[in-house]
Amino acid sequence: MRLDIAGVTAEIDGTPIVSDVDLVAEPGAFVGLIGPNGSGKSTLLRTVYRSLRPSAGAVSLDGDDLWRMRARQAARRRAVVTQHGDLGGEFSVAEVVAMGRAPHKGVLERENAADRAVVADSLERVGLAHASDRLFSTLSGGERQRALVARALAQEAPLLILDEPTNHLDVRAQLGLLDLVRSLGLTLLAALHDLDHAAAYCDRVVVLQHGRVRASGPPLEVLTPEFVADVFGVRAHIGAHPITGRPHIAVASAKPW
Amino acid sequence: MAEGTAVTERTATTERAGRRRGPHLVPGRMVAVLLGGLAAALAAVAMAGVTVGSVDLPPGAVWRVIGSHLTGAASPDPLRDQVIWELRTPRVLVAALVGAGLSVAGVALQALVRNPLADPYVLGVSAGASLGAVLVVSFGATAFGGLGVTGAAFVTALLSVLAVYALAQRGGRLLDSRLVLAGVAVGYLCSAATSFVQLRLDPSELQGLMFWLMGSVAGATWSDLGVPAAVIAACTVLLLVQGRSMNALLAGDDAAAGLGASVPALRIALLVVASLLTATSVAVVGGIGFVGLMVPHAARFLVGADHRRVLPVAALGGAVFLVAVDIVARTADRPNELPIGIFTTGLGVPFFLWLLRRRPGGAA
Repeated sequence: MRLDIAGVTAEIDGTPIVSDVDLVAEPGAFVGLIGPNGSGKSTLLRTVYRSLRPSAGAVSLDGDDLWRMRARQAARRRAVVTQHGDLGGEFSVAEVVAMGRAPHKGVLERENAADRAVVADSLERVGLAHASDRLFSTLSGGERQRALVARALAQEAPLLILDEPTNHLDVRAQLGLLDLVRSLGLTLLAALHDLDHAAAYCDRVVVLQHGRVRASGPPLEVLTPEFVADVFGVRAHIGAHPITGRPHIAVASAKPW
Repeated sequence: MAEGTAVTERTATTERAGRRRGPHLVPGRMVAVLLGGLAAALAAVAMAGVTVGSVDLPPGAVWRVIGSHLTGAASPDPLRDQVIWELRTPRVLVAALVGAGLSVAGVALQALVRNPLADPYVLGVSAGASLGAVLVVSFGATAFGGLGVTGAAFVTALLSVLAVYALAQRGGRLLDSRLVLAGVAVGYLCSAATSFVQLRLDPSELQGLMFWLMGSVAGATWSDLGVPAAVIAACTVLLLVQGRSMNALLAGDDAAAGLGASVPALRIALLVVASLLTATSVAVVGGIGFVGLMVPHAARFLVGADHRRVLPVAALGGAVFLVAVDIVARTADRPNELPIGIFTTGLGVPFFLWLLRRRPGGAA
């Protein structure tokens, strides 16, 4: 699935939050959306969730305008893991994941054996098969994110959008989640906070600042020390990770002490 | 080898046992049994509601009178016929309908504002509906553009939900404290206006005022049943169809849109349905509080949060609950009848406070 965000401007209460953004995720690529707080990452993603209509430009999936599809049709082609994944009620993990089947079901159609198989398989892929009968609210932060990824998998959509999926997770859960989504074989667009994660996991990064694209390309080409200092206001060192050998960005406060 | 097999079998058994138990008190496949039980309970409590009252009647006589009406035979006893068929039966049926309607309205409101503290009474919707109803009752249908009591109640109920919604949200998120305060404020304003309209018109009409403020199913007649029955059935079916989307909405607007729900349309539907259900209930029985708060919670406690299960359980449970409370209201201080709203509020407020304390610091 190719995601194409072309010239998108999105406004909240008449104020443009993102302006004229171009972003392409090629099939199977992991694209990282990075930028300081308030740079418009979440707002841009909302135009792909279809919860904020762009005031200009277009979002398309394999050339079809996302905003001209029916809501259910769109949900069969792209799945979403939002930042505030809390559910307001007592759902079991299996019930949460089964919500992902909604775009495949008629309004009065009940989940059948095939749906249950998809749910079980999704839980298996995120390593939560054992937890399917637990209450979602009793899961740890890392398990919750995995359950929400499983819900997205149950949508069987080729494109997955994630908004800061590693927020509030401990280090092991953060890396585990990134390993997991990278292994799914889907086209990924994720807003990420951690530059090191972006460097290590993403095929391409798109950097937003003040609602506009500052740069895009392979992480090591984009995230030079000068560029990081300019956009994020920190000093950066780019090298090979001492343990994994993958690209690695170390950052330090702009003021030495 | 043998040991390995034993371990595998034990694991499989534990898993099966775990699956059968599930995390909810009443597992999915037992929900039908629960609904059957609630239907039986409704029949039993309705029968009791017709039998007891300021005068208790022998159940045999009750059956004979009801039987004669259902078969079209001549009534055995005109006096008992009057009490049973013209007074108590419609009253019990109205209590059942309103109990179901307010409970379903509570479920809709709680999904709409994504907050379990929501209830037509707490959020001022009942008071809003009362105002419209009283305007038409006092000044006639012409005062409200030719709308009937229920229609006018619907318009003012809808306006009060919109006002509470607008006051309680900040940046698209609804805060507990603001929601409750906005509901109370809008409710007080509507109640004050209702009192003003009634007292201005007829200072001796205190009895009528009590009816709209406290609610009562006394004096319900057969002609009160048709509109609420149709509205409640239609609204419940509409919500059941939207059950999946309502579940998704609990995860947030963005997540719901991601799951393929049409969020703005769903919100409008919930707003209209909650107002319509409250308005039809209030038009018939006045403002009865906290049913829409307690019953949905009890339903979720039993079957979990899936709206496709919560809605039918809450509808039937609400019917059983209000018929039972009405029996208490009629018999607690015989031969006097107490307004039913005193009892639902007496139960509901402690429940509301318990719920408020149990929730973490005011988060949406």
